[in-house]
Amino acid sequence: MASVSIRGIRKSFGSTTVLHGVDVEIADGEFCVLVGPSGCGKSTLLRMIAGLEAIGAGEIAIGGQVVNKVPPKQRDIAMVFQNYALYPHMTVRDNMAFSLKLAGAPKAAMDERVGRAADILGLDALLDRYPRQLSGGQRQRVAMGRAIVRDPQVFLFDEPLSNLDAKLRVNMRAEIKGLHQRLGTTTVYVTHDQIEAMTMADRIVVMQAGRVEQIGTPLELYDRPANRFVAGFIGSPAMNFIDGEVVENGFRDQGGAVWPLPPGAEPGRPAIYGVRPEHLRLAEGGLPMTVQVLEPTGSETQVLGHVGGSPLLGAFRERIAVAPGEAIGIGADAHLAHLFDRDTGQRLLT
Amino acid sequence: MSNAVREGVLPIAEAHPWRFTTREPTPLARLFDNKTFLVVMCLTPAVGLLVVFLTYPLGLGLWLAFTDAKIGRSGVFVGLDNFDSLFHDRIFWLSVTNTLFYTAAATVGKFGLGLWLALLLNHNIPFKSLIRAIVLIPWIVPTVLSAIAFWWIYDPQFSIISYLLKAMGIIDYNIDFLGTPWHARLALVAANIWRGIPFVAISLLAGLQTISPSLYEAAMLDGASSWARFRYVTLPMLMPVLSVVLTFSVLFTFTDFQLVYAITRGGPANATHLMATLAFQRGIPGGQLGEGAAIAMAMIPFLVAATLFSYFGLARRRWQQGEADE
Ligand SMILES: Nc1ncnc2c1ncn2[C@@H]1O[C@H](COP(=O)(O)OP(=O)(O)OP(=O)(O)O)[C@@H](O)[C@H]1O
Ligand SMILES: [Mg+2]
Repeated sequence: MASVSIRGIRKSFGSTTVLHGVDVEIADGEFCVLVGPSGCGKSTLLRMIAGLEAIGAGEIAIGGQVVNKVPPKQRDIAMVFQNYALYPHMTVRDNMAFSLKLAGAPKAAMDERVGRAADILGLDALLDRYPRQLSGGQRQRVAMGRAIVRDPQVFLFDEPLSNLDAKLRVNMRAEIKGLHQRLGTTTVYVTHDQIEAMTMADRIVVMQAGRVEQIGTPLELYDRPANRFVAGFIGSPAMNFIDGEVVENGFRDQGGAVWPLPPGAEPGRPAIYGVRPEHLRLAEGGLPMTVQVLEPTGSETQVLGHVGGSPLLGAFRERIAVAPGEAIGIGADAHLAHLFDRDTGQRLLT
Repeated sequence: MSNAVREGVLPIAEAHPWRFTTREPTPLARLFDNKTFLVVMCLTPAVGLLVVFLTYPLGLGLWLAFTDAKIGRSGVFVGLDNFDSLFHDRIFWLSVTNTLFYTAAATVGKFGLGLWLALLLNHNIPFKSLIRAIVLIPWIVPTVLSAIAFWWIYDPQFSIISYLLKAMGIIDYNIDFLGTPWHARLALVAANIWRGIPFVAISLLAGLQTISPSLYEAAMLDGASSWARFRYVTLPMLMPVLSVVLTFSVLFTFTDFQLVYAITRGGPANATHLMATLAFQRGIPGGQLGEGAAIAMAMIPFLVAATLFSYFGLARRRWQQGEADE
């Protein structure tokens, strides 16, 4: 096991710069998730840690040793690819044993390690099959098995669940998390799914367009997003943003409705007010929200509508029976409100 | 919630009065939906061509092999006489060993160099498409034309190879490439390799390009050296393509005629005759149609054996076919 330090990493493909200076410190044994929209450079960063992509500038250290010039096979890392990259001409057993075989492990050690990995992952019955005879979820497990038999310093995962159906994804999410708790190996996990990031990570690195937007635990990101991008990216359904300005007793949107704000913001300042759908509550005589669409999911009711001119989504525990076009009264809480600079998008309240 | 609702866009169907309709199929369309009709329709031309251009000449050859036909005289059935006399014919046996040597040596050379070229072209090298085009040249040039070029290259007096070697001070006499048996055999093998490389290289390149790069990356992370990646990833993944290309290459080389006939005519003193050139030599210029046909027929067992070997030995891969093969 080892820590991973990423310092000032830049990368360009030809004239397009993909990473503009990324710094991340990943502690020994940590489960770190890189998350961000498609094309933001997550895979590129992961591949640089693996050594599959040359490092443009900056340095990467694994276990304190700078590995910029170390070839992938000497970095002692294992990677699970998005397409699994199982060797199609080898059985599950041979796939998992391949790295051991190359390292010259004795037959007994190979059998024992593969056996144990198969045990952990529930692959015992599939050891003599070829990859093409497996389902997507089983392939995913073999890919993980191939990684864990090596007992590497660091695990790298590149969107390992994106080819699975929703239900299996939830199961595998828990399995990977459980595996990490058992093995305690430092893990860097790439995904563009913020729910995956929230549920699995010890710490999340939110990236956008080749930059790190914020690094923090899932709840830190949820409670105190550093900017408007993170606020909109973390949390589902996404946060509502309302344009307006700070006034004496709160925040006034462009339709004139006044939203509660904790003290600290200077009045008169134009800003963006952020409130999560699940933090809105029904309030008799509150702000009038005109309902457009109701979406009952059973556990909650999502209401799409607008207050003043601003579109708004609310998620309420209560069951609501109103017709589209009618209004309901809603309220927000000052301590759950977020405020962002209109131009830079930076968080304004501390 | 759907974007359409959010942005107040009208549903697509209200955009224009045009509607999807299911049209009645025309009689012609229905005819082509009829499987029996389709099978007959599609197979007739192919079967016709096969019968006219393959089965008939093959059958005629087979018949001639059992007759004493000469040019200008249709022969009578003589049973195995032709084969019997071939069995005691030293030149025939020489042509058999020549053919086997020629096929083996040329195939090894073609595959060694062709695979090497394909691996090279599969990397990102500068001027890749230009090099790929150049590699194809030996294949595009008509065989006889390239044979004439080789004739000059191997000329006893004007050979460029002799000239260069002399200029470099390595030898001080002209090599008689086509005048001594082993020189001539090796010269022909070299010419055949030159001519066969494009086919092998381009086919194997196509095979290499189907191998996912992430397999190499996975192998690299698994600790595989470049030799191990070749040995455990490239080679097994390439095997299905390789075996097909190998079969074709062996068949083409074994039945080669043009190159040898144009360069040496089987000489010196029959030393480079292949079965194909000997068959032609005996049958057409020599006039012994029956004997020529018998030599040609004698090639068939070798060809069948080569095909079966590659089909059963190399082409079938369990990992490609799954459970059906177990
Ligand atoms: N080999 C390459 N050559 C040129 N551009 C590349 C190359 N690889 C990646 N890019 C570009 O780099 C950017 C980041 O790519 P990357 O694969 O890291 O994105 P990602 O964050 O993993 O996205 P996704 O979630 O879709 O996998 C993209 O804009 C992509 O077009
Ligand atoms: Mg990616």
